[in-house]
Amino acid sequence: MTVATEPTTGAVPPPSKEDVITVNKMNKWYGNFHVLQDIDLSVRKGERIVICGPSGSGKSTLIRTLNRLETYQSGEVYVDGILLGDDVKNIEAVRREVCMVFQHFNLFPHMTVLENLTLAPIWVRKMPKKQANELAMHYLERVRIAEQAHKFPGQLSGGQQQRVAIARSLCMQPKIMLFDEPTSALDPEMVKEVLDVMVELAKEGMTMLCVTHEMGFAKEVADRVIFMDAGQIVEMAGPKEFFDNPKSDRTKLFLSQILSH
Amino acid sequence: MSENAKLPPLPTGTFSERAVAWSKKNLFDGWFNTLLTLGSIAFLVWLIPPIVEWAIINATLAPSIEACAEATGACWGFVNANLRLILFGTYPFEEQWRPLLAMIFLMGIICGSLGAVKYPSLRKAIIPMWVIGVPIIAILMWGGVFGLTYVQNSYWGGLPLTLILSSIGVIFAFPFGLLLALGRQSHMPAIKTVSVVYIEVIRGVPLITVLFMASVMFPLFLPDGVTIDKLLRAQIGIILFTAAYLAEVFRGGLQAVPRGQFEAGDSLALSYWQSMRLIILPQALRLVIPPTVNSFISMFKDTTLVVIIGLFDFLGTVKLALRSDPAWTKYYVEGYAFAAAIFFLICFSMAKYSAYLEKELRKGEQR
Repeated sequence: MTVATEPTTGAVPPPSKEDVITVNKMNKWYGNFHVLQDIDLSVRKGERIVICGPSGSGKSTLIRTLNRLETYQSGEVYVDGILLGDDVKNIEAVRREVCMVFQHFNLFPHMTVLENLTLAPIWVRKMPKKQANELAMHYLERVRIAEQAHKFPGQLSGGQQQRVAIARSLCMQPKIMLFDEPTSALDPEMVKEVLDVMVELAKEGMTMLCVTHEMGFAKEVADRVIFMDAGQIVEMAGPKEFFDNPKSDRTKLFLSQILSH
Repeated sequence: MSENAKLPPLPTGTFSERAVAWSKKNLFDGWFNTLLTLGSIAFLVWLIPPIVEWAIINATLAPSIEACAEATGACWGFVNANLRLILFGTYPFEEQWRPLLAMIFLMGIICGSLGAVKYPSLRKAIIPMWVIGVPIIAILMWGGVFGLTYVQNSYWGGLPLTLILSSIGVIFAFPFGLLLALGRQSHMPAIKTVSVVYIEVIRGVPLITVLFMASVMFPLFLPDGVTIDKLLRAQIGIILFTAAYLAEVFRGGLQAVPRGQFEAGDSLALSYWQSMRLIILPQALRLVIPPTVNSFISMFKDTTLVVIIGLFDFLGTVKLALRSDPAWTKYYVEGYAFAAAIFFLICFSMAKYSAYLEKELRKGEQR
């Protein structure tokens, strides 16, 4: 549970060996809008982190900087020991090890479920097609959707599509998985089937960063919960501490709003 | 009356009773629709019989000027008598089997390529077909080997010329247009600027200008002694022109693919070209099938403009035939009607194929 909060005077501390993600004084602006302010964060291998906060607080932007879907203007981001900057080689190297599950699934509509899963293993990992198919079927079984392998994404329900998206990420056998509001676009009755898969993954020791408002999920699996507001990390604590004894007023207000019903 | 079967509440009764019911519902409901129906019928009665009379009943097919002079209807004899000139232009008369064969060959390759949508086994054959087919067509047209006499391409003409110009045009303009569209979206300022300037300049001038530039001005820039064949220059002009239009069509398709698709490709560590080829373009191009085919139809008809730089395409050869004998000159309506019919046949087939392609590619993906 180390948090790099020590202010540094220009010198960059090298990422610790245990940490798979190290973010140092990272800042990002959209024009004049300061989306991320002095973010410091380190994540150890196998840690499960839930990030919550009101909309517009920068939580999605933060995890999107971790696989360079978003750039940043100052500070450093190390993922798996690799500095994520403008270097295209570094970016591709990080993306091989970090996969993302999106709010709107972003499956490829013109390919079958199986083709969605085997695409990256075949083209990025250069895996033979037969082996990629076996790998894909293995993960489809794990997300309990193997019977849909030859359908197109458009023929599946939202919950099924999101489970396919998770399986697609798993096929890259990533070291880290990022979840960007994975259940927000789902009908309520489908949230559970997706969360069940995520809980299983967490229990198997996958390093996970998850932006979500599913506080039950946070309580069950998170090692740390991060609360963000206005581009800053306001509070970061273990789930028990976070829910039972929040320190900042903004966190208390947020928790009272989302836990009230 | 097959519409009857599709209407949900089927009125029972004999066929004529149902027909009356259908007409009442669809043609005569209300005074305005009744008026429109009667007006349309009157218009067709006024229009169709004279056309049928002229084009079929009173027409003559006999290939003689005398027969035409006697006939009160269309003189298809003009087309009949000049068919080979119209089809093959000034290609040496004895050798005209060569462009005929080349044309059949070209059509075969085109049909084979288009059929790959229906028969996936043909997919692997597309590239070999073109790689082998184009040289064979070139040998047939030019000759000079295998005992075929050499025929300069300034003698080429008619339908084979039109088909060659447009199919080679499609084959090269398509990838070039694609590169321009990608260039226009590029994050690299130099590539973006070059693409935008190219597209806007070419779109901003008429094809005639491009063809003139290609045929008159371009040679002035070449060093002494270097000449590029006139046909090739026209072909390049057509390709450059069509590519600019296609680029804008493709850009529309690229912009219609949701951002999430690009992000999904990125997050799976696919490279730019892998993402484009495997994820983005298959979706973008499918979206723009109708406007793409629209551009091709447009280009196909625009090839007729090569006549202004002295090449006789299919429309040009019709003119040539009309001028071949002063006695034929007054039958220009028949000549142009024939040319129009052939153009329509080809363009309509393209449109039909486009609709079929869209339907075929959408199969299985519908919810």
